[in-house]
Amino acid sequence: MRFYEFECKLLLAKMGVPLPHGGTASTPEQARQLATELNAPVVLKSQVLSGGRMKAGGVKFADTPEEATNAAAEILKLPIRDQLPVCVSVEAKAAVAKEYYLGVTYDALAKKPVMIFSDMGGIDIEQVAEEHPDHIATQHFSTLVPYTDFRAKELIASLGITGGELTALTGIATRLVRLFQQYDMTLAEINPLGKLEDGSFVVLDCHLDMEDEARERHQAVLDALGISPDETRQGRPPTDFEIRGAQVDAVDHRGVAGRVVEFDGNLGLVIGAGGGSLTIFDAVQKYGGKPANYCEIGGNPSVNKAMELTKLILSKPGVEKIAVIMNVVSNTRADIVARGVIKGVVESGHHPAEKISIFRIPGSWEADAFKILGKYGVEYCDRSVSMSEAARRAVEKTGA
Amino acid sequence: MTAMFIRVDLDPSAASDRELAKKLAEICPVNIFAQAPDGSATIVEENLDECVLCELCVEAAPPGGIRVVKLYDGAVLER
Repeated sequence: MRFYEFECKLLLAKMGVPLPHGGTASTPEQARQLATELNAPVVLKSQVLSGGRMKAGGVKFADTPEEATNAAAEILKLPIRDQLPVCVSVEAKAAVAKEYYLGVTYDALAKKPVMIFSDMGGIDIEQVAEEHPDHIATQHFSTLVPYTDFRAKELIASLGITGGELTALTGIATRLVRLFQQYDMTLAEINPLGKLEDGSFVVLDCHLDMEDEARERHQAVLDALGISPDETRQGRPPTDFEIRGAQVDAVDHRGVAGRVVEFDGNLGLVIGAGGGSLTIFDAVQKYGGKPANYCEIGGNPSVNKAMELTKLILSKPGVEKIAVIMNVVSNTRADIVARGVIKGVVESGHHPAEKISIFRIPGSWEADAFKILGKYGVEYCDRSVSMSEAARRAVEKTGA
Repeated sequence: MTAMFIRVDLDPSAASDRELAKKLAEICPVNIFAQAPDGSATIVEENLDECVLCELCVEAAPPGGIRVVKLYDGAVLER
């Protein structure tokens, strides 16, 4: 789940990371008051969950309280990627001498968190990695032992940073890692981290993503930020299709058949199991398929849940067929999912053999699943066919 | 919609056994059995396809009291 920039800064402040002076305003008049109190040129930023604020006109500078009032009025009514800002931040404009990047995220290949530092802040870190690899340093670390100042210094010094600058950056880096671990973040990023003309450092912009599954663990801090449990906090508002997907998952407590994300392709996906969803989704795209949706099923969903998910996907305009593919399952029953999917297809008014391009759920109760599928003429396969190959067959039958 | 995959045959003598009816309603993990106002056991049709084939009902009933039929292959679970 994403946080607004002002919320990120509140969390960073709890860690003692240096921030610009300022606050947030919900009205132009509040922006004027803040600018007056700051008694300095200010920067006003739209508080939306999507990026690209500068290009969209969601960031403005003002030298006087009157200019701040006008800028806030414009920003507050400006939608960015269909989102109206929840408020506007008003901060003292910093005299920046140099910009840096600090980020922490998980490296899925290394299966460890990774700290990333660059002396070229203010632009996308991916661009720095591609065009200026000598200006980026990375360092994996363990979640089992505390991240120390020494490790942070090693990382930052590897780009030639020395002296007081090294000391200041070290403190910010270790605090960022602490925040990342303490609040179960999947991404904690300060970009840019500004070095001011007086030599001090200040966070100019930042981005935090919390692991969705960790929300309950951090209810107290989310409550303090005013974030209600039903706020999805994704990069865009959910579509009707996605809202209905969430409703399907809420039908009963058994298993998962949700996390539906809408795409505009013709191949509906009923996928999941141990990271299988992402693998299968990627495989479908690799073979030129066009997914109509992403979803996650697992944990032994009920027949009813699998049925409702299937009906939802088939109700989406443009969906020609569905592919039912999971990793090898142990705690999800293949026969239960088979029943649900077939029932969903039949209740949608179609024949299972025509609508289900492939069914690949090997594992628990697969023998019964294969009997069910066989009865309805649905193509199925066992674990001797990889998820990737199953995806290829689904794409081949559906067409790009 | 009627069940597509599972049928449960409940013998009339088993159905009328109030104690058994209460037990069936308790043990079925997917609520296929309910107890009618008169205390007899009834089958909740809309839950039939949720049957997980655990056979708890078959074991709870006397021999011949309950048969669970897999409609997709004709196999019968019974005592």
